[in-house]
Amino acid sequence: MRTTTKTLFSASKTVVSASSHLLRLYVTGTTAGSIRAIQQVRRVCDEHLEGRYDLEVIDIYQLPALAKNDQIIATPTLVKVLPAPLRRLIGDLSNLDSVLFGMDIRERA
Amino acid sequence: MRPTPKSVASRSRKIKEIPTSLSLEKAPSGIAGLDEITGGGLPRGRPTLVCGSAGCGKTLFAMEFLVRGAVEHGEPGVFMSFEETEEELAINVASLGFDVRQMVKRKQLAIDHVRVERNEIEETGAFDLEGLFVRLRLAIESVGAKRVALDTIESLFSSLPNPAILRSELRRLFRWLKDQGMTTVITGEQGVGTFTRQGLEEYISDCVIFLDHRVNDQISTRRLRVVKYRGTTHGSNEYPFLIDETGISVLPITSLRLDHKASSERVPTGIERLDEMLGGGYFKGTTILCSGSAGTGKTSIAAHLVRAACAKGERCLFFAFEESSAQLLRNMGSIGIDLGCYIANGSLDLVASRPYAQGLEMHLLSIHKAVTQREPALVVIDPVSNLVGSGSQLGSNSMLTRLLDFLKNRGITTLFTSLTEGGADTEQTSVGISSLIDTWLVLDVVRGGGERNHTLDIVKSRGMAHSNQTTEYRISDQGVLLLDTYLGPSGVLTGSARLAREAADRAQVALQEEEIARQQALRGIRRNAFDGRLATLQGEFAVEDAELDRDIQERIRQRDGAPAARAAMARSRQAFARAPGAGHGKHNGKHGGKGHRT
Repeated sequence: MRTTTKTLFSASKTVVSASSHLLRLYVTGTTAGSIRAIQQVRRVCDEHLEGRYDLEVIDIYQLPALAKNDQIIATPTLVKVLPAPLRRLIGDLSNLDSVLFGMDIRERA
Repeated sequence: MRPTPKSVASRSRKIKEIPTSLSLEKAPSGIAGLDEITGGGLPRGRPTLVCGSAGCGKTLFAMEFLVRGAVEHGEPGVFMSFEETEEELAINVASLGFDVRQMVKRKQLAIDHVRVERNEIEETGAFDLEGLFVRLRLAIESVGAKRVALDTIESLFSSLPNPAILRSELRRLFRWLKDQGMTTVITGEQGVGTFTRQGLEEYISDCVIFLDHRVNDQISTRRLRVVKYRGTTHGSNEYPFLIDETGISVLPITSLRLDHKASSERVPTGIERLDEMLGGGYFKGTTILCSGSAGTGKTSIAAHLVRAACAKGERCLFFAFEESSAQLLRNMGSIGIDLGCYIANGSLDLVASRPYAQGLEMHLLSIHKAVTQREPALVVIDPVSNLVGSGSQLGSNSMLTRLLDFLKNRGITTLFTSLTEGGADTEQTSVGISSLIDTWLVLDVVRGGGERNHTLDIVKSRGMAHSNQTTEYRISDQGVLLLDTYLGPSGVLTGSARLAREAADRAQVALQEEEIARQQALRGIRRNAFDGRLATLQGEFAVEDAELDRDIQERIRQRDGAPAARAAMARSRQAFARAPGAGHGKHNGKHGGKGHRT
């Protein structure tokens, strides 16, 4: 299946109750960085948080007001709202160690 | 293809048009004075870097640029703050009279506070600043902005990782803002040896303005310098600027011209006899210096001038650097000059401040501002010597020259008082501005006979015949009174010496009058005596005259009577007798007589 933003978006809208992780990924359309970030966050979530996460992917090109509300500067940014503390993972999430640390899945190596 | 003559003509016309269409368009900043330095404002549609150390007024500069743009030039703006929240900004600039919240409501201004917490950030790979772009675009579209301020975008370097990405992204941001046609002000903190910490001046090459806040001799002065402004001429000096309740004001005297108009209209000095000495008063629009040592009445002479001007309904500005307004009013009231009523009717403004409250440049800037606002016909600065003490000696002269130039160009009559230090030559002003002065009154103290007495000299008065007389004056409850002049062996007599001389003069006059009366009496007596003697002589003469006359008549009678008697005798003897009167009759007669006798 060809990867499009739309399919990625709909695929990521998996809502699972009693999730331990509340995540918001802010991307900018279908740039290479956005696509990499979306794929990466899905992989990590599937591997480490199966069924325990709530992920929202937001295209700030379409919803610019949200960028202001959530203080987004850099893109892509993955905001880990829960569990506390709030953390912003900046970049395309290609550095897996940083991602796992940032998402409170693993201690820093 | 060879161009036809027509196309050549049209091309040459096009070439001629190019300079105007290419010339840099400028967006008025609205900041007082800055547009004069930059020849019209900031480069339109381009970024301008405003840099300086902490507390130099960068944020205010950026905010005023937006507020004035929106209010005065109809160009809405976006303020993107990286340091302060909307609330803080609104409060900070409210003291300058900007109601930011109201402007946001009216869609004249959009404020976006960018908050980045370093401890929340985890770098996980390559990123860009599209988030910032999106927010800016949203804000720009929400108000239809023409102006953007980024304050202070460099703080991103401390809160986001990977400076390399940041640099390229900022470069892209500035490019993007340029493409959007946004006139942008970007503020930056001064770095060591660079204008900004992150070297933003590399990316913003159109216009760089440097703000400085420096302390000399414990007095701080703010200065502004246009470091570069590509594609236009600009004033390159450091210009002092002021932040007060109306925002930023820059003192923009770029050229010291000498082309002010000269009026022959006279301004009465308010002191009758001084008017006479000057042949009718000062010239309108000239500069008058009144110098003297302490307590010589410099302020009083200034007050006379102010009263005279206010009485004519002219507007006056009095800058007092020694006394508070209340003190000045009381003191002038005590010598019979009531200035309070002119303050009440609005023709006089008293501005009192301590010279050490701020640097000379700041004082001059406040004077500049007050003059621009009030447009007075007369300005008094009392005393200018104190003012100079508050600045560096080096710059004070040129600053005063600028001030004088400014006042003269506006045709404002200016009176400076200047304190001469005790013992110094009275014709040596500490200010050293005498060459700029048109009329110079020197008030001096003559000590002697256990007194201090005041004298006034007109050292110079350009363009008018004036008295060369050193005149004594007295400060009475009627103000300054110029007194009659008495010259003694060692110059002008003053005080008791003058009084003694006046008394002696009066005695002398009385004596003279007595002498005249005596002489006149003597003259009467002499005339009477003469008249008496004359009468006697006339009497004697008359007697003698009468006697002599009688004698003469007798002799005439005798002479005329002799021939007649002889004829009668001859007739009686019947002898021949010739008629008398013939030439030789007498002779013949004699002969005859003799003959008769012989």
